[in-house]
Amino acid sequence: MIAKGLQYEGMFAELYARATGYCKGKGGSMHIADQDLGVLGANGIVGGGIPIAAGAALGLRLKGEKHVAVSFFGDGASNEGAFHEGINIAATWKLPAVFVCENNGFAESTPRADHQAVQDIADRAKAYGMPGIVVDGMEPQAVYEVAGEAIARARKGEGPTLIEAKTMRFLGHYVGDPGTAYGHDKEVGKWLKRDPIITFAEVLVKKKWLGKKSIDAIHAKVNEEMEEAIEFARKSPEPELGDAMTDIYASV
Amino acid sequence: MREILYREAIIEALDEEMARDDSVFLLGEDIAEFGGSYKTTVGLLEKYGAARVRNTPISEQGIIGTALGSALVGMRPVAELMYIDFSAVAMDQIVNQVAKVRYMFGGKANTSLVIRTQGGAGRSSAAQHAQSLEAWFVHVPGLKVVMPSSARDAKGLLKAAIRDDDPVFFIEHKLLYLERGAVSEEEEIIPIGVAEVKREGSDLTIVATSSMVGKSLAAAKELENEGVSCEVIDPRTLFPLDTETILGSVRKTGRLLITHEAVQRCGWGAEIAALAAKDAFDYLDAPIERVCAKETPVPFSPKLESYVIPDKDDVIAGVRGMLETV
Repeated sequence: MIAKGLQYEGMFAELYARATGYCKGKGGSMHIADQDLGVLGANGIVGGGIPIAAGAALGLRLKGEKHVAVSFFGDGASNEGAFHEGINIAATWKLPAVFVCENNGFAESTPRADHQAVQDIADRAKAYGMPGIVVDGMEPQAVYEVAGEAIARARKGEGPTLIEAKTMRFLGHYVGDPGTAYGHDKEVGKWLKRDPIITFAEVLVKKKWLGKKSIDAIHAKVNEEMEEAIEFARKSPEPELGDAMTDIYASV
Repeated sequence: MREILYREAIIEALDEEMARDDSVFLLGEDIAEFGGSYKTTVGLLEKYGAARVRNTPISEQGIIGTALGSALVGMRPVAELMYIDFSAVAMDQIVNQVAKVRYMFGGKANTSLVIRTQGGAGRSSAAQHAQSLEAWFVHVPGLKVVMPSSARDAKGLLKAAIRDDDPVFFIEHKLLYLERGAVSEEEEIIPIGVAEVKREGSDLTIVATSSMVGKSLAAAKELENEGVSCEVIDPRTLFPLDTETILGSVRKTGRLLITHEAVQRCGWGAEIAALAAKDAFDYLDAPIERVCAKETPVPFSPKLESYVIPDKDDVIAGVRGMLETV
């Protein structure tokens, strides 16, 4: 979302349920979107966005635009019918789409072995006649390269790619979930050591692409912008009661 | 005026709107070479090509999700669900996605799409191919629901639905496809949200939808011979609802009978009864009556099917019963 150009202010304001939020306080943490920037909307239904992404790719193709639709989802979503229907349509029509599964090993609280027999979700791509690629989700450069190839493929009209990025969430499933009930707390330690925000900064310094000072300055700047955005959100007005009854229809 | 089949009226509407606007395209099961299970897309593949008349896999939530995604980037898809019964397989996309994205994302999302489907009994299609599920969709804010009963309404309302910026759930009836009706050769757009008085009368108001409109008109004709004058109103759009036309008629006649092919309990007719009970209470001379399907799944046996689905005689019996109560 940030990479696509969404502003912290609008996002925090949405989390604070303010009228200045991206969705005017009607969407909340699950539904940040900015159609103007091509962010069609975060979905609260697991897997629900996958056929919608296929449709966006179809629409872009029909309009003759060179954009690519990208859908992000988790390992749990790969067991939803919407996943199978959506990627099958995208593959059959060779749509310009990339499906990115961030596999963190837990579908909410259920570990992989309890919800699917396959080790690699990328294997499922074979069943739909499209490439499926496993990538180390903790390695930004590897993800960048794999994603670049998938996007190039999509733009060339060769169809979608399923990318499975192996990763781990650093916190529980929701705010306040300690992750102790299902073994996440035991698993997370070794992944935290591979936090790409830390490890990639080390790579940048080692390769002399950025100095340590520059990296510290980036951290400081981001923290400051975050604080400002939180302040903006806190000070923003709440929606008016009448706003509950708008945006249901374009016109009635 | 020339007369055409209801299914031909659908084809004409699709054809004209596709010719008018390049962003209109069709997707659904068996709609291309095959022309649709009920032949409502015949000839359109040849005219507009495979990019705009798209056969899909048998994946109902995939169809609706794909339609929605294309609308979000500016297209105007018309998705076909072969049977309204199959909407159950696509319910997440219809209810949680299509109906919600405009509101949930603060009003910016473009959700101009039509979901065409057909329902109703009468072809011995049994329990999973003959339901009338319109009330499910009327219950969901964010959707508009249209249910045409004649060729003219089918064409004019489908054109309006395609041009509408909101998602429209458009419910045809499988038995009406082969009914003929007068349809102007001039372009006619029938606005969404406007009822039509199909027959004027003074003793009793019948509010009927879809296939029950024709049956109610036949009933009204017979009742006229008994000296009973029925007004027959077809709301045509279940939401937004033209409440004034219905209430105006009830205030005039003092009696209201609602008939639909869906089962009675929690049916759309209950909403109309509640509307009249609140906003025309002082005008009612008799309890409100409903003539609906019996509360069963639709049976296969033609004998049983015609027993559970309301017909002209059920409407007549309902009217007589109401007049006796006075």
